[in-house]
Amino acid sequence: MISQFFILSSKGDPLIYKDFRGDSGGRDVAELFYRKLTGLPGDESPVVMVTTGGRRHHEGRHFIHIRHSGLYLVVTTSENVSPFGLLELLSRLSTLLGDYCGSLGEGTISRNVALVYELLDEVLDYGYVQTTSTEMLRNFIQTEAVVSKPFSLFDLSSVGLFGAETQQSKVAPSSAASRPVLSSRSDQSQKNEVFLDVVERLSVLLASNGSLLKVDVQGEIRLKSFLPSGSEMRIGLTEEFCVGKSELRGYGPGIRVDEVSFHSSVNLDEFESHRILRLQPPQGELTVMRYQLSDDLPSPLPFRLFPSVQWDRGSGRSTLEPKPRSLNVRLHLPLPRGVISLSQELSSPEQKAELAEGALRWDLPRVQGGSQLSGLFQMDVPRTPGPPSHGLSTSAPPLGLGPASLSFELPRHTCSGLQVRFLRLSFRPCGNANPHKWVRHLSHSDAYVIRI
Amino acid sequence: MPYLGSEDVVKELKKALCNPHIQADRLRYRNVIQRVIRMSKLDQWGQAEVLNFLLRYQPRSEEELFDILNLLDSFLKSGSPGVVMGATKLFLILAKKFPHVQTDVLVRVKGPLLAACSSESRELCFVALCHVRQILHSLPGHFSSHYKKFFCSYSEPHYIKLQKVEVLCELVNDENVQQVLEELRGYCTDVSADFAQAAIFAIGSIARTYTDQCVQILTELLGLRQEHITTVVVQTFRDLVWLCPQCTEAVCQALPGCEENIQDSEGKQALIWLLGVHGERIPNAPYVLEDFVENVKSETFPAVKMELLTASLRLFLSRPAECQDMLGRLLYYCIEEEKDMAVRDRGLFYYRLLLVGIDEVKRILYSPKSDPTLGLLEDPAERPVNSWASDFNTLVPVYGKSRWATISKCQGAERCGPELPQTSSFAASGPLIPEENKERVQEVPDSGALMLVPNLQLTADYFEKTWLSLKVAHQQVLPWQGEFHPDTLQMALQVVNIQTIAMSRAGARPWKAYLSAQDDTGCLFLTELLLKPENSEMQISVKQNETRTETLNSFISVLETVIGTIEEIKS
Repeated sequence: MISQFFILSSKGDPLIYKDFRGDSGGRDVAELFYRKLTGLPGDESPVVMVTTGGRRHHEGRHFIHIRHSGLYLVVTTSENVSPFGLLELLSRLSTLLGDYCGSLGEGTISRNVALVYELLDEVLDYGYVQTTSTEMLRNFIQTEAVVSKPFSLFDLSSVGLFGAETQQSKVAPSSAASRPVLSSRSDQSQKNEVFLDVVERLSVLLASNGSLLKVDVQGEIRLKSFLPSGSEMRIGLTEEFCVGKSELRGYGPGIRVDEVSFHSSVNLDEFESHRILRLQPPQGELTVMRYQLSDDLPSPLPFRLFPSVQWDRGSGRSTLEPKPRSLNVRLHLPLPRGVISLSQELSSPEQKAELAEGALRWDLPRVQGGSQLSGLFQMDVPRTPGPPSHGLSTSAPPLGLGPASLSFELPRHTCSGLQVRFLRLSFRPCGNANPHKWVRHLSHSDAYVIRI
Repeated sequence: MPYLGSEDVVKELKKALCNPHIQADRLRYRNVIQRVIRMSKLDQWGQAEVLNFLLRYQPRSEEELFDILNLLDSFLKSGSPGVVMGATKLFLILAKKFPHVQTDVLVRVKGPLLAACSSESRELCFVALCHVRQILHSLPGHFSSHYKKFFCSYSEPHYIKLQKVEVLCELVNDENVQQVLEELRGYCTDVSADFAQAAIFAIGSIARTYTDQCVQILTELLGLRQEHITTVVVQTFRDLVWLCPQCTEAVCQALPGCEENIQDSEGKQALIWLLGVHGERIPNAPYVLEDFVENVKSETFPAVKMELLTASLRLFLSRPAECQDMLGRLLYYCIEEEKDMAVRDRGLFYYRLLLVGIDEVKRILYSPKSDPTLGLLEDPAERPVNSWASDFNTLVPVYGKSRWATISKCQGAERCGPELPQTSSFAASGPLIPEENKERVQEVPDSGALMLVPNLQLTADYFEKTWLSLKVAHQQVLPWQGEFHPDTLQMALQVVNIQTIAMSRAGARPWKAYLSAQDDTGCLFLTELLLKPENSEMQISVKQNETRTETLNSFISVLETVIGTIEEIKS
């Protein structure tokens, strides 16, 4: 099965190296991998690579890797194994390392080398996977995770003066979920939290006349639990949630997804009747449910762009009309070659636009729902041999004025309309402290492309 | 040892599966297999391991096959892609005689595969796309309705976009061709030149079926006058007129004007070829070629010069007045001043040919061409699922079959070195058939009193001499169907200590084999096996050097059993 496993930083420095079978050449295989990766021709995929020729030790060795948080996690094998299985193993390992060390990154790995090796020892034996279940593993792992600074309640901005609750206590800082899950510190009050995220990725393609060519939503319900295992959890979803085209629930068009798949530990007894999922989550991260929806969004698209380009004057005006409130919107518009200067007129001071790498980048940190924002951009384009001027109207976009792509985040909004109604914990073994439950809904763009 | 459950269960299973008695007893073996399948507490790694292990099991009856498929059905709906793909592969292999079951499984796996193709993880996406392409080789219409999922998105890495474009080419059908072509047209003006060229080649391959629309799109692209686009479009046109002669007219109208935008070797070659072959229909062909001839001294690519020679000659034959001067100058340059020998040789050849006479030249250059529409240049038609079922869910689709062949050749050479013993306890070598055939053949020596001596070394000369001197003691005809592997027969005969002196290779007509055996009393049995050209029966002639009917009969029954077993395995 697996011969070796190693982790490289984004620059190729080996952080972790473990040999399982002893049938390979040694540590320099990590360097060999990095050289192959950087030297790969553009059209070959780096996901699975093989060594042919060269030194006898390394011949016929397959490298399979994933990139996660800037790190390369690589396994090597000399047998013809299932790529799906190996990729799944790698992503499970990255989740596991993230759970144990807090988050996955170069710094955390370097600080927790002993823990990582211990984990690897337990998870893989002679190249075969023993178990990746956090429940089984915690009986064997002794080492503690080292964090950069201890998590303390004072980090939360929720503690107001004199302990009074402020409005902000409803929001946990984003670093709250990134502490190690499985530490055995006895500080009970820190333990009782569970984070449930409904995250959707939106892919949209709009044609130049505004018609919708493609829309695709990939959603996941992710759970990160710091609760001691054994607590049963019930997650209630919107009752009108239908799966597939023919199901009908409730009275309205309902909330529909095309396909749904669940984690193996989820109990679906009440799903049919009341759309309730029951599970006993282990500590750590878990993807409870995955769903897809295409071609039929119940809510209107979050952004509409109205570009108008006038070629002879070399100027373009873009108008954005977003619907819900969004954060971190960035518009990326590739421009024809040779554009050197840009003058702009934007409708609000906190936006900024700049010319970078042959493209226009317009950043809008915060956009209110229902608003209309416009920007007027004037560019100087050197005279390129354009298409012959027989009858082509001047409003045709020049070559190189590429499709505009938007990247954004929509907090508290799901494109499919799916919402988590409630999250209840039925069994609390740890006594009095009420566990904190954080639920959030988030949509962000995967590839939102508008053709000009 | 992968974690398959509690300690005692695992111990029991290990014992059972490695126990030859259990392996020999079909019913007990089957029970163990059923228990393995039913183990409920397996995690996803255990499940994948079980599915992999079951690949080597061959169910004895159709009933058992469907039984197993029903039990494993839930694995197809698992949340783990490794398990789903492993189950799919197992189903495809077990059901190799039931194509409708295979198609059904592939329909069920469409959902998970499409989900994987849109996954956040780029690597999973890539591997899933490779498998989708594999499936499309056998079932081209399988993903046609989901073509939108394969549209490329702006942020994807290059290798994924290339795979998606290939998939789009292969799933085109009447309903989605319009939209797919629209989409590919958009990619042709992409910022990245490589990707634009890949998209244009894709349109070229769709053009084999939907010629008119594609030629129109390609002609429009020529109007953009971009160098990297024009060169690829002209190359595509060259390939297209060869396969679809009906579009020649449209192509010829589009060509004038391209020559200004082509600078690379491939593009020039394609353009020159087109001008040479179809020059009569292109009004300014001689003038374009003349331009090239004027600049031949500064031309750096010998391939272009070769093409130029051929094209000039062809055009000369159809438009002599305009091309004579140019051809002369070109030949003069190539013979007198050219340094590349291949070009010079070709120039000399054409010159000498012209010296023979114009009619001769016409006869040679206008001889009938092969008809490409007969499918010589086309890709092979849909391959049956069974040809790639065993490669599903392995690294083979990821690399592609040709690259995998080179890799395994290199690996084969290396593996002669030290190899670690297989420590997986389920790794019994060879198929896990309950070794029936071996059993049956082993039973035979027990039944009669015939003991055949092993390692009989009989030379061919001795055999021939003895054969010719004896008379046929027994002749028999056995019904026989179809082809088989002589190696299998030879091995099976070896097991019962019958030596093969000579055997025709598979497929020879008539097929013959000569066998010899000796029993412990020294009695020789010489046998000839003859397979008639009609292929429906095998004739056995046995000669014995001592007349003993009993032993002869025993020998014949041994032989019959072996041949019968081979028949059965084959079927």
